[in-house]
Amino acid sequence: MAGFLLRRLLYLVCLVVIATSASYFLAATQLNPRARYEGRNPPPPSAVVDATLDQLNMNDKVPVLTRYQRWAGDLLRGNLGRTIDNQPVNDEIGRRMWVSLRLVLIGALVGTFLGVAAGAYGAVTQYQLSDRLLTVFSFVTLSIPAVVLGVLFKNAGIGINNLLGFRLLYTTGEMTPGLDPWTVTGLLNRTAHLVLPSLVLIVIAVAFYGRYQRNAMLDVLGSDFLRTARAKGLSRTRALIKHGLRTALIPMATFFAYEFALLFVGATFTERLFGWHGMGEYFVNSVTKNDVNSVAGVTLFVGVLVLIAGFLSDLAYAALDPRVRV
Amino acid sequence: MPQEPLLSVSNLSVSFRSESGLVRAVRGVSYDVRPGELLGIVGESGSGKSVSSLAIMNLLPGHAQVSGSARLNGQELIGRSDEELSAIRGKQIAMVFQDPLSALTPVYTVGEQIAEAVLVHEQVSKAAAKDRAVQLLELVGIPNATQRASAFPHEFSGGMRQRVMIAMAIANAPALIIADEPTTALDVTIQAQILDVLQTARKVTGAAIVLITHDLGVIAGVADRVAVMYAGTIVETGTVDELFYTPRMPYTLGLLGSIPRADAGARQPLTPIEGTPPSMVALPSGCPFRPRCPMRQDVCAEREPELLPIEGDGGPDARSVRLQPDPPGGPEGPQLQAGATNDQRPTTNDHRASCHFRDDIERRGLTSRDIFVAPAPTELARVLGARETRPTMLAVRDLVKAYPLMKGAVLRRKVGEVRAVDGVSFDIREGETLGLVGESGCGKTTTIMEILNLEKPLSGSIQVLGKDTASMTRADRFAIRRDLQVVFQDPMASLDPRLPIGDILAEPLRAHGVPDAQVSRRIRELLQLVGLQPEHVNRYPQAFSGGQRQRVGIARALALEPKVLVLDEPVSALDVSVRAGVINLLERLRAQLGLSYLFVAHDLAVVRHIADRIAVMYLGRIIETGTVDEVFDAPAHPYTQALLSAIPLPDPRKERQRVRIVLKGDLPSPANPPSGCRFRTRCQTFGALTEAQRQTCINEPPALAPRTGSADHLDACHWATVETVL
Repeated sequence: MAGFLLRRLLYLVCLVVIATSASYFLAATQLNPRARYEGRNPPPPSAVVDATLDQLNMNDKVPVLTRYQRWAGDLLRGNLGRTIDNQPVNDEIGRRMWVSLRLVLIGALVGTFLGVAAGAYGAVTQYQLSDRLLTVFSFVTLSIPAVVLGVLFKNAGIGINNLLGFRLLYTTGEMTPGLDPWTVTGLLNRTAHLVLPSLVLIVIAVAFYGRYQRNAMLDVLGSDFLRTARAKGLSRTRALIKHGLRTALIPMATFFAYEFALLFVGATFTERLFGWHGMGEYFVNSVTKNDVNSVAGVTLFVGVLVLIAGFLSDLAYAALDPRVRV
Repeated sequence: MPQEPLLSVSNLSVSFRSESGLVRAVRGVSYDVRPGELLGIVGESGSGKSVSSLAIMNLLPGHAQVSGSARLNGQELIGRSDEELSAIRGKQIAMVFQDPLSALTPVYTVGEQIAEAVLVHEQVSKAAAKDRAVQLLELVGIPNATQRASAFPHEFSGGMRQRVMIAMAIANAPALIIADEPTTALDVTIQAQILDVLQTARKVTGAAIVLITHDLGVIAGVADRVAVMYAGTIVETGTVDELFYTPRMPYTLGLLGSIPRADAGARQPLTPIEGTPPSMVALPSGCPFRPRCPMRQDVCAEREPELLPIEGDGGPDARSVRLQPDPPGGPEGPQLQAGATNDQRPTTNDHRASCHFRDDIERRGLTSRDIFVAPAPTELARVLGARETRPTMLAVRDLVKAYPLMKGAVLRRKVGEVRAVDGVSFDIREGETLGLVGESGCGKTTTIMEILNLEKPLSGSIQVLGKDTASMTRADRFAIRRDLQVVFQDPMASLDPRLPIGDILAEPLRAHGVPDAQVSRRIRELLQLVGLQPEHVNRYPQAFSGGQRQRVGIARALALEPKVLVLDEPVSALDVSVRAGVINLLERLRAQLGLSYLFVAHDLAVVRHIADRIAVMYLGRIIETGTVDEVFDAPAHPYTQALLSAIPLPDPRKERQRVRIVLKGDLPSPANPPSGCRFRTRCQTFGALTEAQRQTCINEPPALAPRTGSADHLDACHWATVETVL
């Protein structure tokens, strides 16, 4: 078993190297950091631009392989290089990943739990009113782009505030600047900021997991072992939860693993709409700012997380299903 | 003296809504189960036998409509809430289901699952429940119960899983166990083990058992009373002897006449029941068996007969006077002497049958041969000489087929091999049927797949019509396939559902370049040959019943006028009542067309009926071979003896007298077979041998050799002694 895991890990590391190298080359050849300096008014002398770009390892006059070599060398020492604003990429990612986590965690947990519950309930009550309502809800939600959904929730929040006459829900940022986050007021303020974006994430997660869980549960519902459990004397509900849902969670293991590994990556649109300075926002901004090192850094970060997720999903599968254990 | 019934079912009906209309799966079923008795319920698929039992337990899907009454110790079960029934299920009534793999939850250990059954009904600690689970596993004969309790269902063999199911069922010492086809998915020697365990369970708990099955043989050996179901209702009920020796409903008579018997020497055509069981959506008016019944009269269409007692059915003395012995030569059927009252089974007055002519059948003492018409034996196309003078159609010498055993997910490597077939030799002469038998995993399917491949085998040789497959070219193989055809087991899966049967039959003809003008003529001929209507040429496979589809499969195999037919379990997927028709068809075709058959089956009764010679396989080797009469009547190898002894006979008296050889354990893994004689680990005679003899078994693989005096009867046992077990 240990040998198997080690081989698997080695294989994953190879994949990470290939994926990040490819994305570095893509970013280094397609983005144009020089434009950022040349576009200034008045344009700085080209020697100054070259010197700055050289310092950042983003000078397009240096062959891309040489730049890659330097970047990879830094990377081996644990340094992702500097952003186009001359800040360490490490610091930027190190700060922003926690912002993303704070934004997404509650939404993901609640959304997954509710989604699994809704899906299982929908399967048990197949073709009844509750199942049909859940189905309609899922399809409508999944067919609305996240941006539109976010705007709808934002407007609804503002509407509620107007109706109440005071500001109950915040629509921008993580908390009101200047507050101490570890006081009651601070925590309440954080919560008020978190409600709307979390709701958006929950609604999407429920729609998504609800669909998949419903199908997984339907596969299990007609199975003989549920009948055996009831023949033993378990009530229908207990048999459905202990034997049915437990088994129907197995095919969901992959989704869970990916979801929780990618919590740090954040939710691009939700972050942008609600003004949270997380990883998703960082990535989009980096691309628009022609920030080669940031784009490569974020890609590497996400790549590593995806591979961890793959690894987690194997482990989760083995934990949930004794049949695949070695 | 009539006892208070434990379970009293009356007028139970179940229906389901479906797209094609209301399916009346169960139509007014009534029966009683007395404490401690074993009631057998027999019926074909769709007869409502399982649905009626699930209805009692309220385990049917929500859209089932159940009416009528089922009282357990006087308390009504139908219409109770799930909560109330949960307290009864598993505690007072337990169930054992057919497929023990899907019936156990894959994610919990068997110990947990048995302990759960205890914990739902009793206030005991988890540790106590776990101990109880281990005790129960020991009781049902699972070795190393303490360790095995923490194994998962997929780590058990089919027979072991069924033992676990039984352990779960008896966990709370229920008053009634409903066993729904508990042995159907199992091999015959494992079936014998499980029936044994079921009897043990009955002794330990004193529970009454309702045993649901389609196999009359299983019922004959163990049941006290039997109910026969057809089209959602009970058509005949009585004690096991009444039902098997004096059946009074034509369906029961037909069923008993249509099953081949492993202990029947002289070969006579079976008496098939024409047609197929009716659709439960559109039942014919009147008696549901009418369309298939040779005795039908106008009254049968007017009203459905009730299940009524047979007049003058007074007792064994009264009956035996009227009984006619069977035609000479057939040992089956009643051999009751007048006043045969030494039988210990009680005779009751509740032999009932639902037929308008039950008293008529009773008075005239009709048997299945009087009612159903057995086809006359077909004249042989030409007279065959002695076996030695006939040409060899198929010869297999020392055939070996090995599969590599791989390990590793990323870097796969070979760690060993499984010799699925390890030195198999046999030959088939013209006009002969060889039955290749053995339990699942013995290598019989691998053997025929190697033959059909027509490639050079790993080791050994295969000769088809005198030509060695090793020296064949592509063109040779193509040409020889005309003469070597195959019929597969599952007629549903082996016919393309998108092609009308005309196209299915045309395919082999076109592939071999038969001109179009002849193709359509040949298709009509073929359909007539297998007893189908030529007008149905444009219908798709789904428009046909299982038996008819298998006829299409046979017609396809015959299209190119082959000389040798490989039949891979051709009747095991078919319902009991349509099986006889297909078996008779195969016999007629062989005689009419002068075919040779390689007949692969696990059902030994069918093989005895159809084959001339038999080869018994165990773990990739043939361990005994000879003519069917030699091998069935005087088996020399202990495995053959155990196999034959495990076959349940549809003859209650014979069953009660038989001493069954029950083999130990499961088939060893073919990846790691025992040294010397491969059967020694399960051999029932091994223990009685001297130490020196045992060493021979362990060290020397026995060769297939004549040891019984007959030059043609070979076995592979160092210490072979003939023993009659049927």
